[in-house]
Amino acid sequence: MRRDDRRTALPTRELRYERGPVMKKGVGVTPTAWVDPRGRALGSFAFSVNRITALGLVFYLYLHLGVLSMLLRGEEAWNDFVRLATTTVFLLLDVLLIFGLLYHGLNGLRVALVGTGVAPDRQKALWWAGGVIGTIALAYSAFHILVGGD
Amino acid sequence: MSASEVETTAEGPNPPKRDAGPAPAGGDVTGTRTFRVFRWKRGGDEDSRIETYESVPIGPRTTVLEALRWIQLHIDRSLILRHSCFHASCGTCGLRVNGREVLGCVTFAHDLGSVITVEPIANVPVLADLVVDMAEFYERFPEVEVAGGRPQIRASGFLAEAATPGGIDRYERYEDCIECGLCLSACPIASTSEGYLGPAALAAAQRLLEETPDDVDPREILDWADDPLGAWRCHAIFECTEACPSGVRPAERIMSLRGALVGGQLKVIPRGEGEP
Repeated sequence: MRRDDRRTALPTRELRYERGPVMKKGVGVTPTAWVDPRGRALGSFAFSVNRITALGLVFYLYLHLGVLSMLLRGEEAWNDFVRLATTTVFLLLDVLLIFGLLYHGLNGLRVALVGTGVAPDRQKALWWAGGVIGTIALAYSAFHILVGGD
Repeated sequence: MSASEVETTAEGPNPPKRDAGPAPAGGDVTGTRTFRVFRWKRGGDEDSRIETYESVPIGPRTTVLEALRWIQLHIDRSLILRHSCFHASCGTCGLRVNGREVLGCVTFAHDLGSVITVEPIANVPVLADLVVDMAEFYERFPEVEVAGGRPQIRASGFLAEAATPGGIDRYERYEDCIECGLCLSACPIASTSEGYLGPAALAAAQRLLEETPDDVDPREILDWADDPLGAWRCHAIFECTEACPSGVRPAERIMSLRGALVGGQLKVIPRGEGEP
């Protein structure tokens, strides 16, 4: 083989220095890297749920403002909504909301303690501690919402 | 040779029926596994693909690296791997196996199910097949900008002049980084923020702060880390700590670095305490 032929058979210099593909996390597309649970550990789970509850709480905030605007439509419109809001399905959504608030709040406390160097090596213990506190608080709240009582 | 040419056999003591050569290291052949391996060649006609190699014989202690070498030797010589020491010291055989970052040389194939998917580590460019270009990993380190070109890891912990107050044990973990890149691959934030310095570089900066040489100003190191794409970009997910095969615990280092940045004391975490 002549020298020139051999050269054409090899990758060019430009090709050899070209940046190759970069593998990324994510379910299909890279922006989902934060929610990809495959093969991940507790920290990823805590992080993903924190973001999902954050999105839920932001949605609820706007929904809440929308609901409050019903007051402008008079007493009857508001009473109609209250009747709807006290159905079992809506009460279960209230329990879900409280779960979101408790998780996001308690995990936020955990991240603050870990992320400011106060307890950098206690992330798992703090998650479980928050889990116990949150579960008790959620059970108490759910009982009062669904069963009633003072 | 295409993997589809390899005859499939059920799990059992028999290796593939063709003359496939000896089984990989790791004891007697006790079964076979199907390997799905990421393939990409520079200048190739196609995009990356997953190649399936069936009936790869394994023993109870056959590692993923040994099985891949068996594939390379007996099925497909075009498969490109990188490895060196075979005992988790060199960090060159970092891979993603079934989605988890591991060192192929110390991960037993036997424990990974009947189908094993092997990919190169994430967040650094692929050179070919399972080999990545580590240049972008090393470029993240603070060495050039902050430490005047000095190594960030002390050359020896055994020299008398290297003795540290409180003994060497509490620092020893941070000498253990083998620069395998698994932490950077495991980090979900590095996937979405390409400029993020990443766990290994930030942990190295924290290590440098713990034992700052006389001629290095600690404020320079803190300034280097005090960046939206530095210590503050970390979201405390701790996947880097889970992935690290050397127990360096980079996430805890980053958190400690943040503690120093917000005005607190840099925390040295003694060996054997904390999570995980």
